[in-house]
Amino acid sequence: MHKAISLPFARSARRRVLPGFGLSLGISLTFVSLVLLLPLTGLVGQLKGLSLSEYWFIISEPRVVASYVTTIGGALVAALVNAVFGLLMAWVLVRYDFPGKRLLDALMDLPFALPTAVAGITLATLYSSKGWMGQLLEPLGWQVSYTWVGIALAMAFTSIPFVVRTVQPVLEDLPAEIDEAAMSLGARDGVAFRRVILPHLWPALVTGTGLAFVRSLGEFGAVIFIAGNMPYETEITSLMIFVKLQEYDYVGASAIASVVLATSLALLLAINLWQGRFIRRLHGGRG
Amino acid sequence: MSIRLDHIQKHFGRSQALSPIDLDINSGELIGLLGPSGSGKTTLLRIIAGLETPDDHPDCRILFGERDVTHVHVRDRRIGFVFQHYALFRHMSVFDNVAFGLTVLPRRERPSSGEIRSRVMQLLEMVQLSHLAERFPAQLSGGQQQRVSLARALALKPEVLLLDEPFGALDAKVRQELRRWLRHLHDELGFTSVFVTHDQEEALELSDRVVVMSNGRIEQIDTPETLYRQPRNRFVFEFLGDVNHLEGEVRGGVLTCGEARLTLDLDDGPQEILLRPHEVQVAAAPSADAHLPAVVTAVVPVGAEVRIELNADWMDEPWMATLSHGDAERLALGRGSRVYALPRRWHHYPDSRPDSQQPDVSGDRSAKSGAKRRESGATV
Repeated sequence: MHKAISLPFARSARRRVLPGFGLSLGISLTFVSLVLLLPLTGLVGQLKGLSLSEYWFIISEPRVVASYVTTIGGALVAALVNAVFGLLMAWVLVRYDFPGKRLLDALMDLPFALPTAVAGITLATLYSSKGWMGQLLEPLGWQVSYTWVGIALAMAFTSIPFVVRTVQPVLEDLPAEIDEAAMSLGARDGVAFRRVILPHLWPALVTGTGLAFVRSLGEFGAVIFIAGNMPYETEITSLMIFVKLQEYDYVGASAIASVVLATSLALLLAINLWQGRFIRRLHGGRG
Repeated sequence: MSIRLDHIQKHFGRSQALSPIDLDINSGELIGLLGPSGSGKTTLLRIIAGLETPDDHPDCRILFGERDVTHVHVRDRRIGFVFQHYALFRHMSVFDNVAFGLTVLPRRERPSSGEIRSRVMQLLEMVQLSHLAERFPAQLSGGQQQRVSLARALALKPEVLLLDEPFGALDAKVRQELRRWLRHLHDELGFTSVFVTHDQEEALELSDRVVVMSNGRIEQIDTPETLYRQPRNRFVFEFLGDVNHLEGEVRGGVLTCGEARLTLDLDDGPQEILLRPHEVQVAAAPSADAHLPAVVTAVVPVGAEVRIELNADWMDEPWMATLSHGDAERLALGRGSRVYALPRRWHHYPDSRPDSQQPDVSGDRSAKSGAKRRESGATV
C-alpha cells in the first residue's frame, strides 16, 4: 500500500500517457476521508474528555481484560485452523479438476456474503445440546456452544475466505514445472512441498492468516449467539463495546474500541511491511 | 547411457498424442526431437523423463542401458531435466538452486556441506556464473537463468540429460551462444542428451541425429546431413526449409500451368514438384527445358546472398530464390524486373502430401515409394 502511493509521486515529473492523476487521487482521498477516516476521527474525538488514568482504568477493567484473552485466544485458534484448511482448500481448487469445482469455488465467498448474525444463529442452533452436531458431540463430552471452542468456530467460519482468496492467486501463478523440477532432482513429495512450494506461498499464507486474525478480533454477529456471553469466560471484546453502548457509556465504548483499532492497525501494518520484504526478494529487488 | 523406447503411445482423453513409437538412442548421443507444435515431441520427452506415463501396453518399455525404468518414478530415474522457462526456485539463491538436488539426497548418500559447496562452485564455474552465486534468479538475464538451470540439472551427474525447448525463450544471439556451449558441454561430459525444438536450424546444428516428428509419429531419424539431402517424405522436406511449389498438368513429359512450361520425366496427369530457394536460378531468358516467366516483387540482401521474391499468375504463392550478389548485379534485378526462373534441381513426392496422409500410414511406406529427384543441366 505504501508503495502504490509513493510511486506516482516519485515519477510525477514524467508525463503519463493517461492524464488524471490529480483528479483520481483527489477523489480517492476524499472517499477514504469520508468513509474511513471521519468515523475513526470521531472515535478518537470521543476520548478527548478522558484523562490518561481514566482511560487506563476503563481498558484494564478485569472483565474487559478477560474479554481480550478470550478474543485473542479464539482468533488465534481460528486463524491457525484457517491457515491449514484454507491452504488445503486453495490447493484443491487450483491443482485439481473435479466436478463441482466452480460451485465449491463460489461457496468460498459465502461467509462474506452471508450476514454474520445469520451464521451465528445457525451455528448456535447446530451446536446447542439439542442441535444436530451438539447431539453427536455432547455424549463424547465435547461442549462447543457457550465455550471458547464455539467462539473459535464462529470466527473460523467468517474468516476462512481471507486465507483461501489470498493463497489461491499465488498458487495459480506457481507453474507446475516447479514441482516437476524439484522431483526431477530427486525430491520426495514432502520435501518438494516444504522446500519449494511452501516458501512461495508463505507470504500469501501469512497475509491471509493475519487478515483472518484481524477480522476475527472484531467479529461480533457470528460470535455472540454461540458464545453464551458469560462474564470473565466467554465474553468477547466487541460484546464489551456493545454492552457499554447499551449503557449509553459512549466514552467507555470508544476507549475499548480504540484498543481493538490500534491492535488491528498495528497488525495490518506489520503484515504489509513484512510481505514487502518477501516480494522484493522474489522479484529481484525491483518489485 | 543408451536409451531404448519400445511401443510408446499416449492418448490425452480421446486424442492420440503419440502413435506407437520405437526409438533407440546410443550412449553419448545428442538427439534433437524436431517437429511443429502438437507433433508429440514434448510428450515423448516427458515420457522419457517420467513426467508423463505412456499408455499401458504389454510391449511398452523404456530402458536406460540395461535398466528398465518403465515404471520408475521421475525422481528415481536419475535424469537431468531442463525446462523451457527455466523453472528455477525463485526464493533460493543461485547457489541453493544448484545445490538443491544434492541437499535432498537421503542422509546416507548426502555429501557433507563442504563437498556440496565445492561441487556447486565447480558447476557454477563450468557455466561461468560463479560470481553470481549469491544472487536470486530474478536478478539474472534469461540466458544466465537457463545456465543456472543446466548446472542444477547436472549437479547429480545424470547420465541422461533431457531438455525441453531449452533455448526457446531466449533471443537469437544468446540462443546461438548457448547452443554452442551445450554442444561443448555434451562432448566434454559425455552424457546422453535429448532435446526438443521446433527450430529446424537449431536441430540441424546441434544434433548428432535428428528425429523429425509430426502428428504423434516419427517421420524420419537421420543425421542432419542425410536429413537435409535425402528427406524421406514431403513433410520432412517442407519442414526443413523454405519450399517453392509448382503444380500443373503433365503431358508427354512437359508440365504446364498457365504460361509456365517445364520439361520433366513424370507420368502424365496432375503433378506437383517442390524446389528449395537455392535450387532456383534466375535468368533473363528462358531455357529450352524451362519457360517460367515471373516478376521480381522484392530484393533483399541477406548476408552473403540476395533473396528475391518472384510472383506470377501460375504460382499459388510467391517463389523465393537466393542468388549471389554477383548474379543479382549482373541481372540488374530490381522490383518489377521480368525474369525467368530456371530450376537447377527439383523434388517430387508422389503420394505423401501431409494433409492427405492417413493415420495408419507408417513412416516406411514413403521410403519404399521413394522420392524422385532430378538434376537438370540448366545454367544461367
